Amino acid sequence: MSDKVMFMQGNEAIVRGAIAAGANFYAGYPITPSSEIAEKASELLPLCGGVYMQMEDELSSMTAVEGSTLAGARSFTATSGLGFSMMQEHIGHAVMCEVPCVIVDVQRGGPATGLATKPAQGDVMQARWGTNSDHSIITLAPASVEECYELAIKAFHLAYRFRTPVIILSDASVAHMVENVRLRTPKPEELPASRDPQCDPSEYLPHRFDPDHPATLAAFGSKYIYHMVSSTHDETGLAKTTPDVSDRLVHYLWDKIENHAEEIAYTKEYEMEDAEIVLISFGCSARSARGAMEKLRAQGVKAGVLQLQTIWPFPVKAVQKALAQAKLAVVPELNLGQLYSEVQRYNVEGRKVISVTKVRGELITPDEIIKAIEEVK
Amino acid sequence: MYTWKDYVGYDRLPHIWCSGCGNGIIFNALGQALEKMQLPLEKVVIVSGSGCFAKIVNYPGVNTVKMLHGRVLSGATGIAMANPELTVFALMGDGDGTTIGGNHLIHAARRNINVTAILGNNYNYGMTGGQYSGTTPEGSITATSRYGLVEDGFDACKLVEAAGASYVARTTAYDVLELQKMIIEATEKPGFAFIDVLAACPTHYGRLNKMGTPAEQMLKIKEGTVPVAKAAKMSPEELKGKLLTGKLVDRNDREDYAVLYAKMAKEARGE
Ligand code: SF4
Repeated sequence: MSDKVMFMQGNEAIVRGAIAAGANFYAGYPITPSSEIAEKASELLPLCGGVYMQMEDELSSMTAVEGSTLAGARSFTATSGLGFSMMQEHIGHAVMCEVPCVIVDVQRGGPATGLATKPAQGDVMQARWGTNSDHSIITLAPASVEECYELAIKAFHLAYRFRTPVIILSDASVAHMVENVRLRTPKPEELPASRDPQCDPSEYLPHRFDPDHPATLAAFGSKYIYHMVSSTHDETGLAKTTPDVSDRLVHYLWDKIENHAEEIAYTKEYEMEDAEIVLISFGCSARSARGAMEKLRAQGVKAGVLQLQTIWPFPVKAVQKALAQAKLAVVPELNLGQLYSEVQRYNVEGRKVISVTKVRGELITPDEIIKAIEEVK
Repeated sequence: MYTWKDYVGYDRLPHIWCSGCGNGIIFNALGQALEKMQLPLEKVVIVSGSGCFAKIVNYPGVNTVKMLHGRVLSGATGIAMANPELTVFALMGDGDGTTIGGNHLIHAARRNINVTAILGNNYNYGMTGGQYSGTTPEGSITATSRYGLVEDGFDACKLVEAAGASYVARTTAYDVLELQKMIIEATEKPGFAFIDVLAACPTHYGRLNKMGTPAEQMLKIKEGTVPVAKAAKMSPEELKGKLLTGKLVDRNDREDYAVLYAKMAKEARGE
């Protein structure tokens, strides 16, 4: 049977992608411009045996997502702006306790209440470092409605593969844009890993400090009884706060993601084969970049786009490959240069890189990118 | 056949609480109550947050999870809704339960989530050195109210009653047999059940407020309470400054949230 194609909003595609990945629990608090995710989840989840919970705030939403996951559900939430700030509290808990879940941040103008209905991409660094202390995290950014669907499936897979919260960094523009989506059924290997540890219950440990093989997370209520303590803990999950345990735990939480950065690095290339002007971008600004690329190509300029679908861990190899071929690299984004600073961090050969920024709550136009290129030529 | 030792995780004891602290008494009562109920170990989940009482998650032979400070009931809500077969206990101090997590207390009670919440209420933040909380009585001396507290604490039982809890009870750590009975009743009650256990923190609150030995402090706490039946015959003047103990609410007029949600979903699916 061929896949159904539907015309829908980015926000709806995320919910449908999550459900295709087996999501059956949503806990959240409505906030513009993410609210359609809550609305669709409340409509669709009861129909497939799932649960939608509207919590009293983002603090409790994130905790309920975690609690439900421990009890066996596949859970997600969505928020925006300051709601994402509040979720950082328990995102750190999910990192520490290795509770897989998916958090959608539909970025809007800020800081604080900011431009509630307007697109922005100012949460790049907050996604990476928003919660306290050293940790690693996975962040994916869709640039189209189709990618909202596809990356939701990937996010769940990665969350369980690496036992970590995964952030989908959308934006008000991608969230509300309406495009066709192929609602394909994921292959079994694309789905989240099993919750059955397949060992004797007396031998089960909820953590394994092996960056290549995190432990399988059993469900409360199964024959596997376990403890999940957010204080510094050893593999039993019980608090153990010795210097050695802290050292092993923090390094493990970092390594299990950073050591696998290449496996997690999803990128898309447009006209990159012979590109001399390389546009590196993500989310809605990747669409602006493609618009600029098409205009430049029409003028005979060899422009290409490297779109980062994975933002964290930063796709260092793909970016360095693009920089290596670039006479000029351009990083357009709806913030004051958060991705640009990361690109520069890995610009070891000292290529010319320029930052195109905008914080007006409006998208970057292709002409603005072209103008910035002409100014440095 | 399980014994209380299986539930509390006897092999992991001794616990870290100070001698005379109410936390150990409540933990023991929970173990005894669980022995009487004989719930399968794997079907029980204990959720805590931060503070002295929250350390409880390090011992039991049942599933436990330590959420962040204040997020005990929201975590318990997620667990109870994802698997309604589980028996979920939310163990909270007055910081977790009524102060930083106060909003979640209102909404867990309002939704009538099938969780048994036990408040170890010792009027201060023991773990961080005895600062005042949302239940500390006016005038108390604490680490952050050296000249006497200007705010007044609130009656958590009245709050959860107003918010819609199915079962509300209060006792003191002195009345340990009553507490055991209440834990059994609360666990067997569908919907949100709340037990306020007035307890001593001899290390901080008791010491700063010159309440004497731990035993004397427990007695003083008990003397500040009146059983509901007795209170019915007392005048408002006689009841001034007293907290009521016993079963305060026992409602049967509303099903718990998981049951209601499942019914709604079934109807939505046209089943
Ligand atoms: S500080 Fe107070 S609450 Fe904490 S263990 Fe000691 S007596 Fe108990």
